[in-house]
Amino acid sequence: MDLMMIADLAAATVRISTPLLFAALGGLLSEKAGTFAVGIEGMMLAGAFTGAISAFVFGNVALGFALAALGGAATGSLLAFATARCRADQMVTGLAVNVLVLGLSSFLLRGLFGGRAPVIRLTPPGTWPLPWLSEIPVMGPVLFRQSAIVYLAFLLVVPLTLFLTKTRAGLTLRAVGENPEAAFAAGYDPIRIRMIAIVAGGALAGLGGAVLALQEVGSFTDGMTNGRGFIALAAIMVGRWTPVGAIAGCLIFGFVSALELRAQSWGLPVSSYVMQMMPYCLALALLAGVSRSARLPAAIGVPFIRH
Amino acid sequence: MLEMRGIKKAYGTVQANRGIDLDVAAGQIVGLLGENGSGKSTLMKLLFGVVSADAGTIRFKDKPLSGHGPAQAMAAGLGMIHQHFTLVEAMSVTENVMLGAPGSSPWLSPRETASRIRQESATYGLDIDPDAMIGDLPHGRRQRVEIVKAILRGADLLILDEPTSNLSPPEVEGLLGIMARLRDQGRAIVFISHKLDEVIAICSEVVVLRDGAVAGTCRVEGATRAGLARMMVGRDMPPPIAREATAAGRNVLHVGQMALTERGVERLAPISFSLRAGEILAIAGIDGNGQTELAECLAGLRLPTAGGIDLDGHDITLASVGERTELGMAYIPVDRATMSLVTGMSVSDNLALRDFDKPPLSRGGYLARSYFAERAREMSQRFAIKASGPDIAARTLSGGNQQKIVLAREIGRHPAVMIAHQPVWGLDPGATHFVIEQILALRAAGGAIIYISSSLEEVMTLGDRIAVMQGGRLSIPIDRDTVDLTQIGLMMAGDDSLIHGAAA
Ligand SMILES: Nc1ncnc2c1ncn2[C@@H]1O[C@H](COP(=O)(O)OP(=O)(O)OP(=O)(O)O)[C@@H](O)[C@H]1O
Ligand SMILES: [Mg+2]
Repeated sequence: MDLMMIADLAAATVRISTPLLFAALGGLLSEKAGTFAVGIEGMMLAGAFTGAISAFVFGNVALGFALAALGGAATGSLLAFATARCRADQMVTGLAVNVLVLGLSSFLLRGLFGGRAPVIRLTPPGTWPLPWLSEIPVMGPVLFRQSAIVYLAFLLVVPLTLFLTKTRAGLTLRAVGENPEAAFAAGYDPIRIRMIAIVAGGALAGLGGAVLALQEVGSFTDGMTNGRGFIALAAIMVGRWTPVGAIAGCLIFGFVSALELRAQSWGLPVSSYVMQMMPYCLALALLAGVSRSARLPAAIGVPFIRH
Repeated sequence: MLEMRGIKKAYGTVQANRGIDLDVAAGQIVGLLGENGSGKSTLMKLLFGVVSADAGTIRFKDKPLSGHGPAQAMAAGLGMIHQHFTLVEAMSVTENVMLGAPGSSPWLSPRETASRIRQESATYGLDIDPDAMIGDLPHGRRQRVEIVKAILRGADLLILDEPTSNLSPPEVEGLLGIMARLRDQGRAIVFISHKLDEVIAICSEVVVLRDGAVAGTCRVEGATRAGLARMMVGRDMPPPIAREATAAGRNVLHVGQMALTERGVERLAPISFSLRAGEILAIAGIDGNGQTELAECLAGLRLPTAGGIDLDGHDITLASVGERTELGMAYIPVDRATMSLVTGMSVSDNLALRDFDKPPLSRGGYLARSYFAERAREMSQRFAIKASGPDIAARTLSGGNQQKIVLAREIGRHPAVMIAHQPVWGLDPGATHFVIEQILALRAAGGAIIYISSSLEEVMTLGDRIAVMQGGRLSIPIDRDTVDLTQIGLMMAGDDSLIHGAAA
C-alpha cells in the first residue's frame, strides 16, 4: 500500500464521515435529553430531499443546506410532538417517521417532476483550502482542502461539548435525560426541553442528509440515506454519548466504508454485497463490545408525566 | 404568609386530599403529621406545583398562586426538600446543586458552587464532598445533599418532607439547628416527620392529617407524644411492646472472617459473628458505613471476597439467593421501591415473589391464580395491609403499606434467619409499632434476626446483642444488659479505639 493510497483512503474517510457526524451530533442532542434517536434516519433523508430539491430549484447550494436543516427540523418536530407531548413510544414513532419520510420523499419527487424520478445533477459546494495546513505534502491537500460544511461538522463538536458541559442549558438538558422529575422539581419543563432537543437534533441530521445529497452524491435518489442514520446511532453509542466520542465513532465507520469502496477496486475474490455489509457488521461487533460498559441516559425512553 | 383553602386532589380513585386548609405565618415552623398515606406529601407537592390540584386556592405572601409549576413556586419564594429525592444519580453533587440554581449567567460556575457547598456543609456540619457522584452516595448522604441544595437556594417558605428519616441522631440535631436559624431569620417552614420528638422539639404548631383531611390542629406547647399520636391514628396508641425473655437456641448462622473488596476498595473488613435461634443481633451505625454491603453479602446479592458464611451446617458463602431462600433465609432490603417490590405489579404478585414457583402457588408449570388472590387476602388480613384489592399495583399503596407487603412475604415464610435493613424507615408510629411487633413475634417463634438500623432507639428496643458498624468494620457484639449507650454513640461517630473489629 503506497502513500497515495493511504491519502486517498483518508480523504474518502473524511468525506463519508461528514454526513454521519452531523446525524450523530443531532442524535446525541436528542438522546442526551432522553429520547431515542431512532428517527434520525428519517430526518437525514428529509434533509437530503429538501436540500437537493431546493438547491436544484433555486440553483443555490447554500440555500439548499439551510432548507435541509429546516426539513430535518420539521420532521423532528413531528417526532417531538408525538413522543414528548403525546408520550407515544419512542422506538415505534421513530421507525414510523423513517418509513413516512421514505415514502413521502419518493412520492413528492415523482409528483414534482412528473412520472419518473428525474436525475438531479448538482454542483457540489466549492472547496476552501486552509492556508498552510493544505500545503502539507500528500495529506494536506486531501484533508484540508474541503468545503466549508465539512469543517463545520468537525468544528461543531467544540461548541456542542461546551454547551453540554459548561452551560446551564446543557446541564438542564442532561438532567432531563437522566431524571426529568428532578429537572421539573428544579423549575424546568422537561417536555419542552425534550422537544427543543429533538428539533435541534433534527436540523443537524437534516444538514447531514444535505451533505450526502449535495456533496457526496450530487443528486437525490429514493431512500438514499440507506441506513446511515442507524450507523450514526451506533456511532453515538460507540462514542459513549460525547461529541468527541461521536467523531471517533463516525471516523471508524467512515473508514470501514471507505475501505469497502476501495476494496472493490482491488478485485478481492469477495462479493461486493458482502463488502457492503462491513460497516454494519462492525457496528454490531462494536456495540456488543461497548454496550457492556456504556451507560445510556437513565431516563431515555421514559415519558415524563405530570400528575 | 401562606393560606391554603379547600385543597382537593385525587389520583384515579384515591382521594389523597379532600378539602384541606393550612395556614403558616412568617417565622413559624409548622409540623405536618399523619399516618402513611394520609396525604401530607400530596398537599406539599400541590403547594410546590409538582402536581396540580383538582380544587382549592392558595395564597402565598398575599398573592394568589394557581396553575403554577415548580418554577413559579420557586420564583414566589418557596423551596422544597422532597421525600423522594430529586437528584440526578449520574451527576456530581455540584452539578445537582447547580441545576436550577438562581442566577442569570448562561455559564455554569462549578468551582464557585463547590466552594459554597464546602462552606455551607462546614457551617452546618454536614460533611459533603462536592465532587462525589450522587449514585455512589448512600441514602443518608443524599439527604444531606438535598438539605444543602435547599439552603443554597434560599426560600421564604421551606417545605421539608421527611428530611430526617435518613439521618443519624447528630445529623438530625444539625438539621434542627438549621431550621431554628431560618425561623429566626423570619422564614417559615413546613416540617413533615413521623418522629414526634423532633416535631415537639422544633415546631410551634402541628396540623394532623388523617385520610386526606385535617384531623386537628394544636399548639405544640404542652403537647405530648401520646396526645399527638392519638390525633394521628384516631385512637390510643397500643402500649410499648414487651419483649419476652427467650431461651437462646442453637447456633444457626455463623459468619467467619467475611470480607468484601470491590474495585480495589475495601468495603468490609473481615467480619465474624454467630447468631442463635430466637436471638436478635442489632447492628447500629450511620447509614453508609458498610451496612448495605454486609446485608447484601449475607443475602447473596454480592459475593464476599474472603471468608465464609455457614447457615445451619450448610456453607452458603457462594450460594445463590434461591438456595439461601430454600434454606430459610429472608431479607428486607433498605430500599423497598427498587429492591423489595416490583412496584408496577399487583399486591398479590408481590406477595408471591419468593415462592411462586412451588406448590401451592404453581402446579405443573402453571400459576395457580386463584390461590394467589386467596393468599393475598389472608396475608392482607394478618398483616393489616390496607389496599383496595389484591390486584391493585403496589406503587399506589402508601409507604407503610408497601412495607407491610414485604414483611408479610418475608415473615410469612417462617424464616430461620432474617436480615432486616431499616425496616421501619419512613413508617408512621402505628406501622412502626406493627413491624417491631412482628419481628419480636418471629424471634419468639425461634427465628434468628439481624436488625440493621441507624436509630439507637430501635436498636436498644430490639437487640439481644448490639454491635456497631463503622467504616466497613463491625464491633464485637455486646449483650444488651451490659451495653453503654454513650459508648455506642461514640463508636457510631467513628471513635476507632472502641472498634477492635470482629477480626480479633
Ligand atoms: N402517583 C400516585 N398515583 C396514585 N396514587 C398515589 C400517588 N401518589 C400518592 N398516591 C396515593 O395518595 C395517598 C396520599 O399519599 P401521600 O404520598 O400524600 O401520603 P403521605 O401522607 O405523604 O404518606 P407517607 O407518610 O407514607 O409519606 C395515598 O393513598 C397514596 O397511595
Ligand atoms: Mg409522604
